[in-house]
Amino acid sequence: MPERSGKQSEKQSGKQSEKQSEQRRLAVLKTYKLYVGGAFPRSESGRVYEVTDASGRWLANAPLASRKDARNAVVAARKAFPRWSGATAYNRGQVLYRVAEMLEGRREQFRAEVADAEGLSAPKARAAVDAAIDRWVWYAGWTDKVAQVAGAANPVAGPYFNLSTPEPTGVVVVFAPQESSLLGLVSVLAPVLATGCTAVVVAAERAPLPALSLAEVLATSDVPGGVVNVLSGRVAELGPPLAAHGDVDALDLTGAGPEATALEAEAAGTLKRVRRPRPDEDWTADPGTGRLLWPLETKTVWHPMGV
Amino acid sequence: MLSRPPSPSPAAAPGLADVTASDAALRRFLHGLPGVDAVGLDARAATLRTRSIKTTSKAFAIDLAIRMIDLTTLEGADTPGKVRSLCAKGAAPDPTDRDTPAVAAICVYPDLVTTAVQALRGTGIKVASVATAFPAGRAARDVKLADTRQAVADGADEIDMVIDRGAFLSGRYLAVFEEIAAVREACGGAHLKVILENGELATYDAIRRASWLAMLAGADFIKTSTGKVGVNATPPNTLLMLEAVRDFRAATGRQVGVKAAGGIRTTKDALAYLVLVNETAGPDWLSPDWFRLGASSLLNDLLMQRQKLRTGSYSGPDYVTVD
Repeated sequence: MPERSGKQSEKQSGKQSEKQSEQRRLAVLKTYKLYVGGAFPRSESGRVYEVTDASGRWLANAPLASRKDARNAVVAARKAFPRWSGATAYNRGQVLYRVAEMLEGRREQFRAEVADAEGLSAPKARAAVDAAIDRWVWYAGWTDKVAQVAGAANPVAGPYFNLSTPEPTGVVVVFAPQESSLLGLVSVLAPVLATGCTAVVVAAERAPLPALSLAEVLATSDVPGGVVNVLSGRVAELGPPLAAHGDVDALDLTGAGPEATALEAEAAGTLKRVRRPRPDEDWTADPGTGRLLWPLETKTVWHPMGV
Repeated sequence: MLSRPPSPSPAAAPGLADVTASDAALRRFLHGLPGVDAVGLDARAATLRTRSIKTTSKAFAIDLAIRMIDLTTLEGADTPGKVRSLCAKGAAPDPTDRDTPAVAAICVYPDLVTTAVQALRGTGIKVASVATAFPAGRAARDVKLADTRQAVADGADEIDMVIDRGAFLSGRYLAVFEEIAAVREACGGAHLKVILENGELATYDAIRRASWLAMLAGADFIKTSTGKVGVNATPPNTLLMLEAVRDFRAATGRQVGVKAAGGIRTTKDALAYLVLVNETAGPDWLSPDWFRLGASSLLNDLLMQRQKLRTGSYSGPDYVTVD
């Protein structure tokens, strides 16, 4: 008995000193920032907004991006486009696979962030993160296969080879799904990158933290700066200038919610390619090729056969 | 923070006539100019750069900046076709909005002056030609003068000459002075812009001296740089030249223009230069007759900003010409 109590007191004192050292240390809070042109700036406006978990507990402050941040993001995306679209499909696949590798190493962080953001239990959050990484790998494999699927050698009535190849459309603005903060985001972003487009992502308004952390992954995995730009803020504020922007080529309105119709009307002024939101999209289902093919332009070449 | 004008009294004008009498007198005068407070100059330029210009003021400033542009193409690969398309662009910069003002001048190499003159007939846009063995200026004086005369004979309204930086930096000020004066004479009725090439003058003091030297020799404009070296127009060195023309007018009564050239690519930059002009030399210089921006890609950015103000949505490079 005395032995046992001695052990117990030892254990207790150990716990106490652990507690003390924990009390002495000030936790380092993370300042979430935007991701624009390969850098992590605060919002040009200096504003932030409070992000809470599903039960209303404060998690962090996220930058509240402004119209000017959106403009800067488009400039960065445009600047990055020639290099990204000009890279070989094989190289793009390697870079995207590298992103999945980096995500794998930060699974725990994303699991915690997704659980907080969506109010999921630990196993469900883990499943969502794993599915997101798998989806990223799946799209990484598509980079050098899109042309075979979407391209064609067309039969024509003349002595010509007639070949159609898909080409990336340019700068794509993506409104990330509101309800699925990581899996949904990856499902809309990865296919855009796989085809060679560059992206401006407007993160889920109430759950932007996984998207802002994904930016850190992208910054450390060979994706050239500007290829992905992540903004957090209000769809109602960022939507109209991005939808009407003359240098944006396509608009994915998946997460635009009630603003979607108005934004589609804004986009008509510059004849953008628009992807409308589909009701109740199931992010865990097989995504198919739809999201790969929508931001593509088809180029057809007539080449004389020389007969 | 700003230096005082050396001697604004009316007696100064005849006094300045003596300073070019000999190399020694000229050196004494130029080295007697007040030294430049480099830290103060940089700080002043940086402060003025932060000024915010919005809405109607911005619209006015953008149009003024377009009217001040010397639209420039100075490449070895220039062709008559490229010059003609540049002239067409200068005359009607934005085909979607005919209210857009025309640029001040088209700036080309001397052998393309004829092409530019033909293309610009009836538009009121001036033809500017670089001359005197631009951009290095390393040629015999006869060659430089012949270069100038040919450009003027072909119809150039404005001549952009380069100074002999080698002579200036080795202290042979009178040689530089005489060369500028000789080119001035060769220009006849054409306006003379003297390029100081600030990037090669090394110090702010040297830029101030070169500005005064060029103005004493009869320059109509002093110009920051050729655009062919690493450091071109910067806000501080342009501010310094604006002080020089202000002080020169106070001393002699003659107004000289300033042209900032090279590295000015965005509307934000251009508006910052207009603020410098207004705050340093004053509103008298705020016109295409007295201040110019030498640029090529700047025009597209100004047009995109102009479209943004007109339509309310951001424009893109697809809506302006590819040069």
